[in-house]
Amino acid sequence: MTTLHAPVRPGFEPAFGHRARLPPVRPQADPDTDAHRGASPESPAVRVEGLTKRFGRTSRPVWSDVSFSVPTGQRVAIIGGNGTGKSTLLRCCLRLIEPDAGDIHLHGQKLDGRCARTLRHLRSEVGFVFQKHNLVPRLSVLSNVLHGSMARTRGPRQWLQSLARSEDRDYAMYCLEQVRLGHLAERRADHLSGGQSQRVAVARALMQRPRAIFADEPVASLDPQAGEEVMETFADLARNHGLTLVFVSHHLEHALTYAERVLGLRDGRLDLDAPTGRETLGSLRSLYD
Amino acid sequence: MTDLDNPAQDGMPARFRPPHPLSALLFALFLGFFLWSLSSAGISIGELIEGLPNMARIGAEMVPPATDRLEPMLRSVLVTFQMAVVGTVIGLILSLPLAVLAARNHTPHPVVRAAVRGLISFVRTVPDLAWALFFVASVGLGPFAGTLTLIVDTVGFCGRFFAEAIEEVDRGPPEAMNAIGAGPLDVIVCATLPMALPSLINTGLFALEKAVRSSVVLGLVGAGGIGAELATSMEMFRYDQAATIVLMIFVLVMAVETLSSHLRAKLIGGRG
Repeated sequence: MTTLHAPVRPGFEPAFGHRARLPPVRPQADPDTDAHRGASPESPAVRVEGLTKRFGRTSRPVWSDVSFSVPTGQRVAIIGGNGTGKSTLLRCCLRLIEPDAGDIHLHGQKLDGRCARTLRHLRSEVGFVFQKHNLVPRLSVLSNVLHGSMARTRGPRQWLQSLARSEDRDYAMYCLEQVRLGHLAERRADHLSGGQSQRVAVARALMQRPRAIFADEPVASLDPQAGEEVMETFADLARNHGLTLVFVSHHLEHALTYAERVLGLRDGRLDLDAPTGRETLGSLRSLYD
Repeated sequence: MTDLDNPAQDGMPARFRPPHPLSALLFALFLGFFLWSLSSAGISIGELIEGLPNMARIGAEMVPPATDRLEPMLRSVLVTFQMAVVGTVIGLILSLPLAVLAARNHTPHPVVRAAVRGLISFVRTVPDLAWALFFVASVGLGPFAGTLTLIVDTVGFCGRFFAEAIEEVDRGPPEAMNAIGAGPLDVIVCATLPMALPSLINTGLFALEKAVRSSVVLGLVGAGGIGAELATSMEMFRYDQAATIVLMIFVLVMAVETLSSHLRAKLIGGRG
């Protein structure tokens, strides 16, 4: 695992000094936040127990009693047919969708929906990349990446790149260069290609200095080449920085190539939980029968 | 296999279908109400024909437009425009937070949303002339009463359309900001408002156009501006002066509309 270092670019002077070490990926603990109490470095990145979700009171649950644990640094793929609730499960893990039952722990801390501050803090430790990049279209690429810094600092200075502190702008540029898009910092987000937009979304997630990245079908709207590039970027970042990666995918090849473990949803339950080394394309396809 | 020389007649849709009985009944009711309304509206062809010579006389007296009071008239036009600009800008500033509270996706509570929506609806439903009379009675004759009227009118107009624009934005970027751990204000400022901006700019510029036209009428009830000059000219049968004022109003409204179209095109293409 390497540490994040400021890039050396002509005309770009990082605020931390030449090749100075940038702040760590992992965010600083907030001693005032209850969520940090009881967390230990050995805690799994994600622990889900007895999770159940239904849409509508009387409907059948999308899935029920789902439990799994993802150790820190592991790369996990979630697969399953259409409508099996893969994206819902990933969103529930951050309480972007409220589950009906069950507990969620992120990095050893219970993700409780009742305290907005704690919820925001725990969410800030996870970079979430959506199927559609979800960039703000009218803003510049750099402003979009800077928004990731709201995980740690909030206020008007994080709203636009022109208002941001120098060290935040530098770090945003560094994150953009991690996805090889530093040269597009000034471009409007709605003037990017699909692949570029998705890589900017990855840079925004990196700006959070996350401990984990969740990705919901991040390559679904991309052509195969752009899709491979984005998945390579994810895998590289996860390997190089020790980030936990949980991604939802319909591409079984991606699950086998980029994940160490695969979770499969079928018929409203977690039907598969196995290391990818034991699985083949054929065995994974049986999940769709 | 289909025989193209002898196309099948079965299943061919009818050219016309009889309307549903309920639709026919509603149409008949509307037609009856319209005919009744014609008589209540005092439409009279005879009176119109009798009035034609008067129209011609007034029209003739309007030509050539008077130039003897150009300076005070221009000053009044300027005051009218200033009232419109100040009323619109303050109205827009007040509308934005109200719209956020009234928008389903950002309101802190449904009760707050219902209360703010109710307030905006009330403000919008009361006609601007009624507001003008209220403010003239409250703060006296002059542009201040007109400006207050325009502020309230803009809040009623923009509050509703801003709230709808905010509700219609793509949910993705705000969801992404929530996932980052951003606070509610950050989500509104950084994701929702930039996406709603084209619609907000459009509505704001329409509000300015509307305020310019309204501010002319408000003068008629003593709320300052060129409308007061127009009322005085008409009361003194100085139709030539009235013609000058009408031309000035026309130029002002056209200038504001042209400027707002230009700004609309410019600003909507901008970058944050």
